[in-house]
Amino acid sequence: MARPIPLFEGLAILAIASAAGAQQPAGAEVKPVKIGIVTFLSGAAAGPFGVPARNGAELLVEAINAGSLPPPYATKGFGGAPLSLAFIDEAGGTTKQVSEYRDLVQRQNVDVVVGYISSGDCLAVAPVAEELKKLTVLFDCGSPRIFEDASYQYVFRTDAHAAMDSVGAALYVTELKPGLKKIAGINQNYAWGQDSWNDFESAIKALKPAVETTTSQMPKLLSGQYGAEISALLSGDPDVVHSSFWDGDLEAFVLQAAPRGVFAKSTVILTAGETAMARLGAQIPDGTVIGARGPHGVYAPDNQLNRWLRKAFFDRYGVAATYPAYHMAQALLGLKTAYEKAGSGAGQEKVIAALEGSSFETPSGTIRMALAKGHQAIEETVYGTTKTVKGQVTVVNVKRYPAEVVNPPEGMKTQDWIKASLKRTK
Amino acid sequence: MRAPDRTEKIALLGLFALLAGGAFLPQWALFLVTLALAKGLVVLSLLLLMRTGLVSFGHGLYYCLGAYAAGMVGQLLHVGDAAVMLLVALAVSCAVALIVGLLLASYRGIFFAMLSLAFSMILYGLLVKSAALGSTDGFNITVTAAAGASLSSASRRYLLFALSASFAAMAAVGMHRFLGSHLGRLAPAVRDNELRVEYLGASVRRVVYLNTIIAAALTGLAGALTALVVGHIDPEMAYWTTSGEFVFVAILSGTASVLAPFLGSLLFELLRSFAYQYSPNTWQMVVGAAMLLVIMFLPTGLWAVFGRRGKRVA
Repeated sequence: MARPIPLFEGLAILAIASAAGAQQPAGAEVKPVKIGIVTFLSGAAAGPFGVPARNGAELLVEAINAGSLPPPYATKGFGGAPLSLAFIDEAGGTTKQVSEYRDLVQRQNVDVVVGYISSGDCLAVAPVAEELKKLTVLFDCGSPRIFEDASYQYVFRTDAHAAMDSVGAALYVTELKPGLKKIAGINQNYAWGQDSWNDFESAIKALKPAVETTTSQMPKLLSGQYGAEISALLSGDPDVVHSSFWDGDLEAFVLQAAPRGVFAKSTVILTAGETAMARLGAQIPDGTVIGARGPHGVYAPDNQLNRWLRKAFFDRYGVAATYPAYHMAQALLGLKTAYEKAGSGAGQEKVIAALEGSSFETPSGTIRMALAKGHQAIEETVYGTTKTVKGQVTVVNVKRYPAEVVNPPEGMKTQDWIKASLKRTK
Repeated sequence: MRAPDRTEKIALLGLFALLAGGAFLPQWALFLVTLALAKGLVVLSLLLLMRTGLVSFGHGLYYCLGAYAAGMVGQLLHVGDAAVMLLVALAVSCAVALIVGLLLASYRGIFFAMLSLAFSMILYGLLVKSAALGSTDGFNITVTAAAGASLSSASRRYLLFALSASFAAMAAVGMHRFLGSHLGRLAPAVRDNELRVEYLGASVRRVVYLNTIIAAALTGLAGALTALVVGHIDPEMAYWTTSGEFVFVAILSGTASVLAPFLGSLLFELLRSFAYQYSPNTWQMVVGAAMLLVIMFLPTGLWAVFGRRGKRVA
C-alpha cells in the first residue's frame, strides 16, 4: 500500500536543499536548479506508480545534493548547483495538467520539468513544452506515439517506450514454448491495455504466423471482478495468456484466476507484474512470467548504483524500489550527466545539446538516447519466471534482450517495425 | 422597488477590461483566465437548467462532443482554422441535443440528472473503445489560423483569450435577455409549478426542450474552446467527474446572476491551481473545504456576497 503522505519529508528536503544553497559563499555564480516533479499523488495510479516515483525523486535529489551517490555521480548537485523540488499531482486529467504545467514553468519558474506517468498527459504536455521552450523530461509514460507522431526540441523521454514490453514478452514466450499454438489476452480497456495487447499479438504473429488468438478480453479499468473473463480464457484452452494488468486489478486477477486453474493450464505472462510482486509474494503461482518494463526492480543489473538505490530506498521507505523509482532515477541521472557535460552555468540550450543522443549510467544499466533524433531512450528488457523458494517469490530462467532487439530502429514506426521486420531482427 | 439592472453594463465593461488587461497578464494567468471563461460558459448553461429546476450530471456529453468535433475537423479534414472548428462543434452539439433532448424533456429531478449522465457515459465508452482516436490518451489539436488568417503562437494565445472573453460576454448578455423575456421567464415557472404553466397555456415540455438545446449549444462551444486552448482532448471530458465538477462550480457560483458562473469559474480555477502548487498531496481537501464553507455560509452561492451589498445600497 501507498505510505501516508510524508509531507514533513518533502519539507526536510527543501530545507536541506536551501541549506545547501546557503552554504555557497555570497555572490557565487552557481544558481540552484529548480526541478518540477509531476507524478500521481492521488487516485488509482498513485500507489503503484506515482508514490514510488515521488519517493525515488526525493531520495535521489537528497543524495545528489549531499554528493553521496556512488560514482560516477559522487559530485554535489548538478555541476555544483544544488537542486530544489516542486511537486505537482498528476491527477485530474489533461486539461488540468496542461494548466499546471504552465503554472509550474511560468509561475514557479522551474528550470526543468520531470514527470508524467500517463501517456495522455505526455501527449498533451509535449507541445506546450515546445511552445514555452522549457526542457521537459518524460520519465515513465509508455506510448510510442509521443515521438512517432511528432518531433520535439525541448522534450525528452528517458525510459524506453512500451512496445519493448510487448516485443520482449513475445520473444520470451516463443522461446519458452516452441510449440506455441494458441494465445489469449486479458487487458484493461484503455490506451495502455489496448496498445499492449495489439503489440503483443502482432509481435507473436510476426514471429509465428500460425499462432491463433482464442480470445482477447478487455474488461474496464479497475473493475475488480473477472469471473466471466476467466471463463472465456479457460474455454479457449490457450498455451499463453497475456496481461498488462497492474496493481489492484492485477492482484484481483491473480487471486481469482489461480484457484480456477488459469495458471496451471496456461503460461500466464504479466508484463507489469513486478509492481505487484512484493504484495502478492508467494500467491503468484510458480511458472508465471513476470516483466518490469525494463531492467528494473528484481531485474536490475548488479551494479554499484543499483545496490545503493535498492538499499537506500528500502531503508527509508520500508518497501522495495519498483520500476517507477528506477525510471525516475534514469531521468534525474540523465539530467545530471547533461548539466555537467554542458558545464556549470550553461544555458538550457547547451543542456539540451548535451542530453541529445547521450548515454549515461543508471541503476538499470546504461541508457542511450538513441531514437527520435536523440530524444527517446532505449534500454534492454528482461523477463523471467517465478519460483517460490522458502515462501519467497524469486525469478528464474531470466532472459535479457538487448535494446536494439526490442526497440525499433531510428525513423521507423513501432507498428510497421513489428509487422515488417521483427522476424529478421530475431 | 428593484435596483436598476446593471448586468449588461457590467458584462460589457468586464469584456473591455479583460481585452485591455489581457495584453498585460502573465502567460500562465492568461491561460487560466481563458480556461475559466470557457468553463464559465458551461456553468452558465447549468444556471439556465437550474433555473428551470433541472440538474444535469451529463454536461460532459456536449463538452466532449464539442471538443471532439473540433478535433476531428483538424484530424480528418486537416483544417486548423479556429472559426471552422467552433462552428462545427456548435452544429454537432446542437444536432445531438435535438435528438437527446426529445427523450430528456420527459424527465425531471434525479431522473433527468441520471439519464443525462448515462448519455455522457455512452460517449465516454465509445471513445475509450476507439483506438483510432487514441482511446484514453486522446490526441492533440493545433490551431493554425482564424477565419483564414494564419497565426503565430503569441497571437494565437491572445486570440483564444479574446474569443473566450467575447463569447462569455455575449453569452452572459444573451442569457440575461433571454431570462428576462417571456420565454425565459417560463423557466422558473416550470421549476415552481408545472401544472400552473400548462394551465396558463404554455408547453412545459417545449420549455425544457428548448433550454436543454440552448445549454447544449453553450457547452459544445465551451468544449471546443477548451480543446483549442489546451491543445489536447481525451475521453475524460465526457466522464462523469468532469460533469460533476461543472455542477460543483455551478453550486459554488449560485444562480442569482448570469455573471456569477464566470466569477465562480475563475475563483475555482485559481483556488485549484494554487492548491495544486501549495499542497500537492492534499489539494482535494482544500477544494472540498472551500465547497463546505460556501454551502455553510453562502447557501445561495458566491454571488450572495454581491447581492447583499446591492440590497444595502438600494
